[in-house]
Amino acid sequence: MPIKVEIISPEKVLVSRDVDMVVMPGEEGDIAAMPEHAPMMLLLRGGIVTLYDGETPKERYFVGGGFADMTPTRCTILADEAVPATEISIDEATARLEELTEAWGAADKTDVARLEGLMAKIQSVQAEIDAGSGNHP
Amino acid sequence: MASLKELRARIGSVKSTRKITSAMKMVAAAKLRRAQSHAEAARPYAAAMRQMLGELAGAMAGQDGAPQLLAGTGNDRVHLLIPITSDRGLAGGFNSNINRTTKLTIRRLQAEGKTVKLLPVGRKGFDFLSRDYADLIIDHVIGVGGKEIPFSAASDLGAKITKRLENGEFDVCTVIYNQFRNVMSQVPTPLQLIPLGLDATEAKPDPDAAQYEFEPDEQTLLERLLPRNLQVQIYATLLESAAGEQGARMTAMDNATRNAGKAIDRLTQTYNRTRQTNITNELIEIISGAQAL
Repeated sequence: MPIKVEIISPEKVLVSRDVDMVVMPGEEGDIAAMPEHAPMMLLLRGGIVTLYDGETPKERYFVGGGFADMTPTRCTILADEAVPATEISIDEATARLEELTEAWGAADKTDVARLEGLMAKIQSVQAEIDAGSGNHP
Repeated sequence: MASLKELRARIGSVKSTRKITSAMKMVAAAKLRRAQSHAEAARPYAAAMRQMLGELAGAMAGQDGAPQLLAGTGNDRVHLLIPITSDRGLAGGFNSNINRTTKLTIRRLQAEGKTVKLLPVGRKGFDFLSRDYADLIIDHVIGVGGKEIPFSAASDLGAKITKRLENGEFDVCTVIYNQFRNVMSQVPTPLQLIPLGLDATEAKPDPDAAQYEFEPDEQTLLERLLPRNLQVQIYATLLESAAGEQGARMTAMDNATRNAGKAIDRLTQTYNRTRQTNITNELIEIISGAQAL
Protein backbone atom coordinates (compact mmCIF):
# COMPACT_ATOMS: atom_id res chain seq x y z
CA MET A 1 0.00 0.00 0.00
CA PRO A 2 1.58 3.25 -1.08
CA ILE A 3 1.56 6.59 0.65
CA LYS A 4 0.76 9.82 -1.15
CA VAL A 5 3.57 12.31 -0.88
CA GLU A 6 3.39 15.99 -1.72
CA ILE A 7 6.33 18.35 -1.67
CA ILE A 8 5.06 21.89 -1.82
CA SER A 9 7.12 25.05 -1.94
CA PRO A 10 5.52 28.48 -1.62
CA GLU A 11 5.76 28.92 -5.38
CA LYS A 12 4.44 25.57 -6.57
CA VAL A 13 3.81 21.87 -6.05
CA LEU A 14 6.97 19.94 -6.87
CA VAL A 15 5.84 16.39 -6.28
CA SER A 16 2.47 14.81 -5.88
CA ARG A 17 2.48 11.06 -6.30
CA ASP A 18 2.35 7.68 -4.56
CA VAL A 19 5.52 6.20 -3.11
CA ASP A 20 6.30 3.44 -0.62
CA MET A 21 8.42 5.44 1.79
CA VAL A 22 9.64 8.99 2.31
CA VAL A 23 12.72 9.79 4.38
CA MET A 24 12.97 13.38 5.49
CA PRO A 25 15.26 15.45 7.68
CA GLY A 26 13.40 16.23 10.89
CA GLU A 27 14.74 18.94 13.17
CA GLU A 28 15.49 16.25 15.76
CA GLY A 29 16.76 13.59 13.37
CA ASP A 30 15.78 11.92 10.12
CA ILE A 31 12.39 10.32 10.02
CA ALA A 32 10.64 8.02 7.59
CA ALA A 33 7.00 8.29 6.62
CA MET A 34 5.42 4.97 5.70
CA PRO A 35 1.82 3.90 5.26
CA GLU A 36 -0.05 3.60 8.55
CA HIS A 37 2.32 5.92 10.33
CA ALA A 38 0.69 7.65 13.31
CA PRO A 39 -0.36 11.22 12.50
CA MET A 40 2.50 13.53 13.19
CA MET A 41 3.59 17.05 12.55
CA LEU A 42 7.22 17.97 12.55
CA LEU A 43 9.67 20.69 11.88
CA LEU A 44 12.23 20.03 9.14
CA ARG A 45 15.82 21.19 8.99
CA GLY A 46 17.63 21.86 5.72
CA GLY A 47 18.46 18.55 4.11
CA ILE A 48 17.45 15.85 1.68
CA VAL A 49 14.06 14.25 1.20
CA THR A 50 14.30 10.83 -0.41
CA LEU A 51 11.38 9.08 -2.09
CA TYR A 52 11.46 5.26 -2.12
CA ASP A 53 9.67 2.88 -4.46
CA GLY A 54 9.96 -0.45 -2.67
CA GLU A 55 13.46 -0.59 -1.27
CA THR A 56 15.16 1.60 -3.83
CA PRO A 57 15.58 5.35 -3.49
CA LYS A 58 14.02 6.86 -6.61
CA GLU A 59 14.16 10.63 -6.29
CA ARG A 60 15.91 13.06 -4.03
CA TYR A 61 14.95 16.63 -3.27
CA PHE A 62 16.76 19.23 -1.30
CA VAL A 63 14.55 21.18 1.10
CA GLY A 64 15.74 24.25 2.98
CA GLY A 65 13.74 23.67 6.12
CA GLY A 66 10.00 23.62 6.53
CA PHE A 67 7.21 21.54 8.00
CA ALA A 68 5.80 18.09 7.42
CA ASP A 69 2.34 16.77 8.09
CA MET A 70 2.07 12.98 8.22
CA THR A 71 -1.09 10.93 8.36
CA PRO A 72 -1.55 7.19 7.79
CA THR A 73 -2.31 7.76 4.09
CA ARG A 74 -0.37 10.82 3.08
CA CYS A 75 2.67 12.93 3.81
CA THR A 76 2.68 16.64 3.02
CA ILE A 77 5.97 18.46 3.09
CA LEU A 78 5.80 22.23 3.20
CA ALA A 79 9.28 23.29 2.22
CA ASP A 80 10.62 26.83 2.60
CA GLU A 81 12.43 26.10 -0.64
CA ALA A 82 12.78 22.88 -2.58
CA VAL A 83 14.96 21.79 -5.49
CA PRO A 84 15.31 18.40 -7.18
CA ALA A 85 18.77 17.08 -6.32
CA THR A 86 19.63 16.91 -10.02
CA GLU A 87 19.11 20.64 -10.46
CA ILE A 88 21.28 21.89 -7.64
CA SER A 89 23.97 24.30 -8.71
CA ILE A 90 27.05 23.27 -6.74
CA ASP A 91 29.09 26.35 -7.61
CA GLU A 92 26.36 28.65 -6.43
CA ALA A 93 25.84 26.66 -3.23
CA THR A 94 29.59 26.58 -2.55
CA ALA A 95 29.73 30.35 -2.89
CA ARG A 96 26.89 30.65 -0.39
CA LEU A 97 28.67 28.28 1.98
CA GLU A 98 31.81 30.42 1.86
CA GLU A 99 29.75 33.53 2.56
CA LEU A 100 28.11 31.87 5.55
CA THR A 101 31.42 30.58 6.89
CA GLU A 102 32.76 34.12 6.72
CA ALA A 103 29.70 35.42 8.53
CA TRP A 104 30.26 32.73 11.15
CA GLY A 105 33.86 33.87 11.62
CA ALA A 106 32.80 37.50 11.95
CA ALA A 107 29.77 36.83 14.14
CA ASP A 108 29.66 37.82 17.77
CA LYS A 109 30.38 34.59 19.62
CA THR A 110 28.15 35.57 22.54
CA ASP A 111 25.07 36.00 20.35
CA VAL A 112 23.84 32.44 20.67
CA ALA A 113 20.60 32.89 18.72
CA ARG A 114 22.46 34.27 15.72
CA LEU A 115 25.12 31.56 15.90
CA GLU A 116 22.46 28.87 16.01
CA GLY A 117 20.72 30.41 13.00
CA LEU A 118 23.98 30.54 11.06
CA MET A 119 24.87 26.98 12.00
CA ALA A 120 21.51 25.73 10.76
CA LYS A 121 22.04 27.59 7.48
CA ILE A 122 25.56 26.22 7.06
CA GLN A 123 24.39 22.67 7.66
CA SER A 124 21.56 23.17 5.22
CA VAL A 125 23.87 24.44 2.46
CA GLN A 126 26.34 21.65 3.21
CA ALA A 127 23.54 19.12 2.76
CA GLU A 128 22.58 20.81 -0.49
CA ILE A 129 26.15 20.53 -1.82
CA ASP A 130 26.39 16.89 -0.74
CA ALA A 131 23.15 16.11 -2.49
CA GLY A 132 24.21 17.94 -5.64
CA SER A 133 27.55 16.18 -5.87
CA GLY A 134 25.94 12.82 -5.29
CA ASN A 135 27.87 11.73 -2.20
CA HIS A 136 24.82 11.55 -0.03
CA PRO A 137 25.06 8.50 2.25
CA MET B 1 -14.61 73.98 -38.32
CA ALA B 2 -11.11 72.55 -38.16
CA SER B 3 -9.04 72.67 -41.30
CA LEU B 4 -8.27 69.53 -43.28
CA LYS B 5 -4.66 69.58 -42.16
CA GLU B 6 -5.64 69.73 -38.49
CA LEU B 7 -8.07 66.87 -38.94
CA ARG B 8 -5.42 64.74 -40.65
CA ALA B 9 -3.06 65.34 -37.73
CA ARG B 10 -5.77 64.44 -35.21
CA ILE B 11 -6.59 61.21 -37.02
CA GLY B 12 -2.91 60.32 -37.16
CA SER B 13 -2.42 60.88 -33.47
CA VAL B 14 -5.51 58.91 -32.44
CA LYS B 15 -4.35 56.07 -34.68
CA SER B 16 -1.01 55.87 -32.95
CA THR B 17 -2.72 56.03 -29.56
CA ARG B 18 -4.83 53.08 -30.63
CA LYS B 19 -1.72 51.17 -31.61
CA ILE B 20 -0.20 51.78 -28.19
CA THR B 21 -3.30 50.82 -26.23
CA SER B 22 -3.86 47.68 -28.24
CA ALA B 23 -0.22 46.68 -27.74
CA MET B 24 -0.58 47.30 -24.00
CA LYS B 25 -3.67 45.15 -24.01
CA MET B 26 -1.81 42.26 -25.64
CA VAL B 27 1.05 42.57 -23.17
CA ALA B 28 -1.35 42.69 -20.23
CA ALA B 29 -3.15 39.61 -21.53
CA ALA B 30 0.09 37.66 -21.73
CA LYS B 31 1.17 38.83 -18.29
CA LEU B 32 -2.24 38.07 -16.88
CA ARG B 33 -1.99 34.45 -17.91
CA ARG B 34 1.38 34.13 -16.23
CA ALA B 35 0.25 35.93 -13.09
CA GLN B 36 -2.82 33.76 -12.86
CA SER B 37 -0.86 30.54 -13.14
CA HIS B 38 1.52 31.81 -10.46
CA ALA B 39 -1.36 32.62 -8.16
CA GLU B 40 -2.82 29.19 -8.77
CA ALA B 41 0.49 27.41 -8.17
CA ALA B 42 0.87 29.11 -4.82
CA ARG B 43 -2.54 28.03 -3.60
CA PRO B 44 -1.75 24.45 -2.42
CA TYR B 45 0.92 25.69 -0.03
CA ALA B 46 -1.44 28.17 1.56
CA ALA B 47 -4.16 25.53 1.80
CA ALA B 48 -1.86 22.95 3.41
CA MET B 49 -0.59 25.62 5.77
CA ARG B 50 -4.12 26.48 6.85
CA GLN B 51 -4.89 22.85 7.49
CA MET B 52 -1.79 22.38 9.63
CA LEU B 53 -2.55 25.52 11.59
CA GLY B 54 -6.07 24.31 12.13
CA GLU B 55 -4.85 20.97 13.51
CA LEU B 56 -2.35 22.73 15.73
CA ALA B 57 -4.81 25.27 17.02
CA GLY B 58 -7.22 22.42 17.72
CA ALA B 59 -4.58 20.55 19.69
CA MET B 60 -3.66 23.68 21.60
CA ALA B 61 -7.19 24.78 22.36
CA GLY B 62 -7.55 25.60 26.02
CA GLN B 63 -3.88 26.25 26.59
CA ASP B 64 -2.94 29.83 27.24
CA GLY B 65 0.10 31.74 26.21
CA ALA B 66 -0.84 31.82 22.52
CA PRO B 67 1.67 33.88 20.53
CA GLN B 68 0.79 37.47 19.63
CA LEU B 69 0.65 36.66 15.94
CA LEU B 70 -2.33 34.40 16.64
CA ALA B 71 -4.10 36.14 19.48
CA GLY B 72 -3.00 39.74 18.98
CA THR B 73 -1.90 42.03 21.75
CA GLY B 74 -5.27 41.97 23.46
CA ASN B 75 -5.85 45.60 22.52
CA ASP B 76 -7.70 47.22 19.64
CA ARG B 77 -6.17 50.66 19.68
CA VAL B 78 -3.56 51.00 16.96
CA HIS B 79 -4.41 49.74 13.49
CA LEU B 80 -1.82 49.07 10.82
CA LEU B 81 -3.23 49.19 7.29
CA ILE B 82 -1.36 47.72 4.35
CA PRO B 83 -2.93 48.84 1.06
CA ILE B 84 -1.53 46.90 -1.89
CA THR B 85 -1.45 48.81 -5.18
CA SER B 86 0.60 48.55 -8.36
CA ASP B 87 3.66 50.56 -9.28
CA ARG B 88 2.27 51.59 -12.64
CA GLY B 89 -0.92 53.28 -13.64
CA LEU B 90 -3.11 52.94 -16.72
CA ALA B 91 -5.06 50.12 -15.15
CA GLY B 92 -8.51 51.61 -14.93
CA GLY B 93 -9.90 51.86 -11.43
CA PHE B 94 -7.49 49.29 -10.03
CA ASN B 95 -5.47 51.65 -7.86
CA SER B 96 -8.06 54.31 -7.21
CA ASN B 97 -10.44 51.69 -5.80
CA ILE B 98 -7.85 50.62 -3.27
CA ASN B 99 -6.98 54.21 -2.47
CA ARG B 100 -10.61 55.10 -1.93
CA THR B 101 -11.22 52.06 0.29
CA THR B 102 -8.11 52.87 2.29
CA LYS B 103 -9.15 56.47 2.75
CA LEU B 104 -12.62 55.46 3.90
CA THR B 105 -11.16 52.91 6.32
CA ILE B 106 -8.76 55.49 7.75
CA ARG B 107 -11.62 57.96 8.27
CA ARG B 108 -13.81 55.30 9.89
CA LEU B 109 -11.08 54.14 12.26
CA GLN B 110 -10.12 57.67 13.18
CA ALA B 111 -13.76 58.52 13.84
CA GLU B 112 -13.81 55.59 16.25
CA GLY B 113 -10.84 57.12 18.02
CA LYS B 114 -8.27 54.58 16.87
CA THR B 115 -4.76 55.39 15.85
CA VAL B 116 -3.98 54.45 12.25
CA LYS B 117 -0.61 53.64 10.79
CA LEU B 118 0.05 52.93 7.12
CA LEU B 119 2.47 50.69 5.29
CA PRO B 120 1.58 51.08 1.61
CA VAL B 121 2.87 48.56 -0.90
CA GLY B 122 3.24 49.82 -4.46
CA ARG B 123 4.07 53.25 -5.79
CA LYS B 124 0.54 54.36 -6.65
CA GLY B 125 -0.83 53.88 -3.18
CA PHE B 126 2.22 55.43 -1.58
CA ASP B 127 2.01 58.54 -3.78
CA PHE B 128 -1.69 58.95 -3.13
CA LEU B 129 -1.49 58.48 0.63
CA SER B 130 1.58 60.71 0.93
CA ARG B 131 -0.58 63.65 -0.09
CA ASP B 132 -3.11 63.45 2.73
CA TYR B 133 -1.69 61.09 5.30
CA ALA B 134 2.07 61.52 5.07
CA ASP B 135 2.35 61.59 8.86
CA LEU B 136 0.66 58.19 9.21
CA ILE B 137 3.01 56.34 6.88
CA ILE B 138 5.58 54.43 8.88
CA ASP B 139 7.18 52.56 5.99
CA HIS B 140 6.53 51.65 2.39
CA VAL B 141 7.50 49.02 -0.15
CA ILE B 142 7.90 49.78 -3.84
CA GLY B 143 8.96 47.61 -6.73
CA VAL B 144 7.22 44.40 -5.71
CA GLY B 145 4.80 44.12 -8.60
CA GLY B 146 7.46 43.40 -11.17
CA LYS B 147 7.50 40.63 -13.71
CA GLU B 148 7.71 37.87 -11.18
CA ILE B 149 7.06 38.20 -7.48
CA PRO B 150 9.67 36.30 -5.51
CA PHE B 151 8.61 34.75 -2.24
CA SER B 152 11.36 36.75 -0.57
CA ALA B 153 9.34 39.93 -1.16
CA ALA B 154 6.56 38.52 0.97
CA SER B 155 8.89 37.15 3.62
CA ASP B 156 10.67 40.51 3.94
CA LEU B 157 7.37 42.26 4.38
CA GLY B 158 6.25 39.61 6.86
CA ALA B 159 9.45 40.03 8.86
CA LYS B 160 8.91 43.80 8.98
CA ILE B 161 5.40 43.36 10.28
CA THR B 162 6.41 40.76 12.88
CA LYS B 163 9.17 43.03 14.14
CA ARG B 164 6.81 45.97 14.53
CA LEU B 165 4.33 43.76 16.35
CA GLU B 166 7.04 42.64 18.76
CA ASN B 167 7.95 46.27 19.35
CA GLY B 168 4.33 46.89 20.25
CA GLU B 169 3.81 49.40 17.44
CA PHE B 170 0.31 48.21 16.54
CA ASP B 171 -2.48 45.92 17.74
CA VAL B 172 -4.36 44.99 14.57
CA CYS B 173 -2.96 44.53 11.09
CA THR B 174 -5.13 44.54 7.97
CA VAL B 175 -4.19 44.21 4.32
CA ILE B 176 -6.36 45.96 1.74
CA TYR B 177 -5.91 44.34 -1.64
CA ASN B 178 -7.73 43.73 -4.89
CA GLN B 179 -9.30 40.33 -4.81
CA PHE B 180 -9.23 38.76 -8.24
CA ARG B 181 -12.77 37.74 -9.17
CA ASN B 182 -12.27 37.58 -12.90
CA VAL B 183 -10.61 39.59 -15.62
CA MET B 184 -13.31 42.25 -15.51
CA SER B 185 -13.75 42.68 -11.79
CA GLN B 186 -11.34 43.11 -8.93
CA VAL B 187 -12.86 43.74 -5.56
CA PRO B 188 -11.03 45.79 -2.92
CA THR B 189 -11.03 43.48 0.08
CA PRO B 190 -9.76 43.96 3.61
CA LEU B 191 -8.01 40.91 5.07
CA GLN B 192 -7.10 40.90 8.73
CA LEU B 193 -3.69 39.31 9.34
CA ILE B 194 -3.17 40.00 13.03
CA PRO B 195 -4.77 38.77 15.17
CA LEU B 196 -5.34 35.78 12.98
CA GLY B 197 -9.03 35.00 12.85
CA LEU B 198 -8.64 31.26 13.17
CA ASP B 199 -12.14 30.29 14.06
CA ALA B 200 -13.18 26.99 15.53
CA THR B 201 -14.87 25.83 12.34
CA GLU B 202 -11.56 25.85 10.54
CA ALA B 203 -9.95 23.76 13.23
CA LYS B 204 -12.12 20.74 12.66
CA PRO B 205 -10.21 17.78 14.01
CA ASP B 206 -11.45 14.53 12.55
CA PRO B 207 -12.86 12.66 15.56
CA ASP B 208 -11.89 9.29 14.06
CA ALA B 209 -8.29 10.25 13.45
CA ALA B 210 -5.65 9.33 15.97
CA GLN B 211 -4.18 12.06 18.13
CA TYR B 212 -1.45 14.02 16.38
CA GLU B 213 2.08 13.81 17.64
CA PHE B 214 4.16 16.94 17.44
CA GLU B 215 7.88 17.19 17.10
CA PRO B 216 9.09 19.42 18.69
CA ASP B 217 6.21 20.47 20.95
CA GLU B 218 3.09 22.33 19.82
CA GLN B 219 4.26 25.66 21.15
CA THR B 220 7.52 25.64 19.21
CA LEU B 221 5.81 24.46 16.05
CA LEU B 222 3.18 27.13 16.32
CA GLU B 223 5.82 29.78 16.87
CA ARG B 224 7.52 28.69 13.66
CA LEU B 225 4.36 28.19 11.65
CA LEU B 226 2.73 31.52 12.41
CA PRO B 227 5.34 33.85 10.91
CA ARG B 228 5.45 31.51 7.92
CA ASN B 229 1.70 31.67 7.61
CA LEU B 230 1.83 35.46 7.71
CA GLN B 231 4.30 35.46 4.84
CA VAL B 232 2.24 32.99 2.86
CA GLN B 233 -0.88 35.07 3.27
CA ILE B 234 0.95 38.20 2.18
CA TYR B 235 2.40 36.30 -0.76
CA ALA B 236 -1.05 35.17 -1.79
CA THR B 237 -2.43 38.71 -1.67
CA LEU B 238 0.55 40.03 -3.63
CA LEU B 239 0.05 37.41 -6.33
CA GLU B 240 -3.65 38.00 -6.49
CA SER B 241 -3.15 41.73 -6.68
CA ALA B 242 -0.61 41.26 -9.49
CA ALA B 243 -3.07 39.16 -11.46
CA GLY B 244 -5.79 41.73 -10.79
CA GLU B 245 -3.55 44.53 -12.00
CA GLN B 246 -3.01 42.84 -15.34
CA GLY B 247 -6.68 42.02 -15.63
CA ALA B 248 -7.67 45.59 -14.89
CA ARG B 249 -5.11 46.93 -17.33
CA MET B 250 -6.28 44.56 -20.02
CA THR B 251 -9.89 45.66 -19.59
CA ALA B 252 -8.95 49.33 -19.45
CA MET B 253 -6.80 49.08 -22.57
CA ASP B 254 -9.47 47.13 -24.39
CA ASN B 255 -11.91 49.95 -23.71
CA ALA B 256 -9.37 52.55 -24.73
CA THR B 257 -8.69 50.74 -28.00
CA ARG B 258 -12.38 50.56 -28.77
CA ASN B 259 -12.88 54.23 -27.94
CA ALA B 260 -9.96 55.17 -30.14
CA GLY B 261 -11.54 53.22 -33.00
CA LYS B 262 -14.79 55.12 -32.57
CA ALA B 263 -12.97 58.44 -32.40
CA ILE B 264 -11.16 57.61 -35.63
CA ASP B 265 -14.44 56.80 -37.39
CA ARG B 266 -15.95 60.07 -36.22
CA LEU B 267 -12.94 62.11 -37.23
CA THR B 268 -12.70 60.42 -40.61
CA GLN B 269 -16.34 61.27 -41.29
CA THR B 270 -15.78 64.91 -40.33
CA TYR B 271 -12.68 64.93 -42.51
CA ASN B 272 -14.55 63.62 -45.56
CA ARG B 273 -17.45 66.00 -45.06
CA THR B 274 -15.09 68.94 -44.76
CA ARG B 275 -13.25 67.84 -47.88
CA GLN B 276 -16.51 67.55 -49.80
CA THR B 277 -17.68 70.98 -48.62
CA ASN B 278 -14.39 72.48 -49.72
CA ILE B 279 -14.63 70.92 -53.19
CA THR B 280 -18.25 72.05 -53.57
CA ASN B 281 -17.31 75.57 -52.53
CA GLU B 282 -14.46 75.64 -55.02
CA LEU B 283 -16.74 74.39 -57.81
CA ILE B 284 -19.37 77.03 -57.00
CA GLU B 285 -16.68 79.69 -57.13
CA ILE B 286 -15.36 78.47 -60.50
CA ILE B 287 -18.80 78.15 -62.04
CA SER B 288 -20.05 81.50 -60.81
CA GLY B 289 -16.78 83.03 -62.01
CA ALA B 290 -17.31 81.51 -65.48
CA GLN B 291 -20.92 82.69 -65.61
CA ALA B 292 -19.93 86.23 -64.73
CA LEU B 293 -17.81 86.45 -67.89
